[in-house]
Amino acid sequence: MKAYRRIDRRKFQTVTRRELLKLTPVLALGAFAIPKLQEPLLKAGLGFSDWASSKFFRTGLLAPTFADSDLTPADKFPINGYDVEDPEVDLDKWTLTVSGAVQHPGEYSLAQIKTLPEVSQNTRHVCVEGWDVIGHFSGVRLSDFLQMIGADPAARFVSVECADDYYESLDMATATHPQSLLCYGMYGQPLTRKHGAPLRLNIPTKIGYKQAKYLTDLKVETVLSKFGYWEDQGYSEFYGL
Amino acid sequence: MQMGGHDFSRAGTQRDRQATMASRALEIEDLKTGEVAEAVYEHPLIVRVCHWINAVALFVMVGSGLQIFRAFPSFGAKIPQKDLLNWPKSLAIGGWLGGALQWHLTFMWIYIGSGLLYVGYQLFSGNYRQVLFTKRDLPGVWPMAQHYFFFGPKPPLKEAYNPLQKHAYTSAIALGILSVLTGFAIWKPVQFSWLAWLMGGFHLARLWHFLIMWAMLAFVFGHLVMVILHGWNNFVSMLTGWKKDPQYPSSG
Repeated sequence: MKAYRRIDRRKFQTVTRRELLKLTPVLALGAFAIPKLQEPLLKAGLGFSDWASSKFFRTGLLAPTFADSDLTPADKFPINGYDVEDPEVDLDKWTLTVSGAVQHPGEYSLAQIKTLPEVSQNTRHVCVEGWDVIGHFSGVRLSDFLQMIGADPAARFVSVECADDYYESLDMATATHPQSLLCYGMYGQPLTRKHGAPLRLNIPTKIGYKQAKYLTDLKVETVLSKFGYWEDQGYSEFYGL
Repeated sequence: MQMGGHDFSRAGTQRDRQATMASRALEIEDLKTGEVAEAVYEHPLIVRVCHWINAVALFVMVGSGLQIFRAFPSFGAKIPQKDLLNWPKSLAIGGWLGGALQWHLTFMWIYIGSGLLYVGYQLFSGNYRQVLFTKRDLPGVWPMAQHYFFFGPKPPLKEAYNPLQKHAYTSAIALGILSVLTGFAIWKPVQFSWLAWLMGGFHLARLWHFLIMWAMLAFVFGHLVMVILHGWNNFVSMLTGWKKDPQYPSSG
């Protein structure tokens, strides 16, 4: 009746031991438990995620936009400053300092920026913490401004510095996305000081910490010495949505 | 089906082959005592490798996920914020939000990779028949439930897994797939906006992702209880592939 093969106990032990040894590659995961290796491994993992994110990013794809009835009320739009809520920018004397790989570096006033076509959009603002709100943003396309300043299209990044010493950077594909704005208004009003007056970023294809406020400097560059305030502490550098 | 480098002959009818998928069976003879035991090769190598990689990856994904959740432990508005659950930091991985995201965004690739390898292998090898809950398992559900929960008689085991086991494993695989899909919906709500839309929007996708984790943890709890109840031979089979005294007809 039983037609299968008979072997002795010791032979069976050899077979099972060999099978057990075949699992040893799984132990490689233990490298994550070694303190010296943990940091570089996690950095590599995050780097891979960022690389994959840049591949997922489609320049022609627009972020969802929403009806006015979907807007989060203006007073329920969170104010997330990393340091001070109001760095007391002198709005009358404010200019945006442009430098780097551009044909026309120098100081740009808000009036100059506003000569570019205005764009308004209701888009989702997603915080890395997990919450999200839908806001109304007005401004000019960052791509239009990059054209105005004669940015080198071969440059890889647009970086910004802020009055509160915050700093950020965007990859060129995201910076030239049609929904990426230099934003000077929210909810139909000029930006309030707490929301980043007079100029902030509104990048609906990026996570919240990329939406820098109180801009003072904009630089077009290919090699970044620093990525961003949170990125340099271990957050994702790309974090595209 | 020819598997691995061993050359153990096997016998059995076509019906048995479909019913058990236990492609290799042995009789083990103790030369001293003359006692004979049975053993079947129940878990192919790739299944075992994926199982243990997935166990580690799931542990890290849950631990780091709970640390991420700590940054905003709510599913409502940010203003005013009503916390749902303040998960203790000591039971989370990563130490802070940025650290937890590093773990989560690293191990998700390991989790996805082992998941794809597992599902792909099961489909192409045909081994999925051992695991997948199908219509023909339905009649066995109630007798098995009676045995587990109401001390009813134990229905005779006809194959590697009983109907409830298959149901549990099939559900766990479905939860695994859903955890990845909901994860992508909240990680990339623009590039995969259709995924978020399918789940009822970004907000609900985040809630589903959270609930799926708890469902998965419920499976893991039940799984561990059953592993303890079913003893050593059963546990060892996920390490060596071979199960001694299988308690089900192995090949003939």
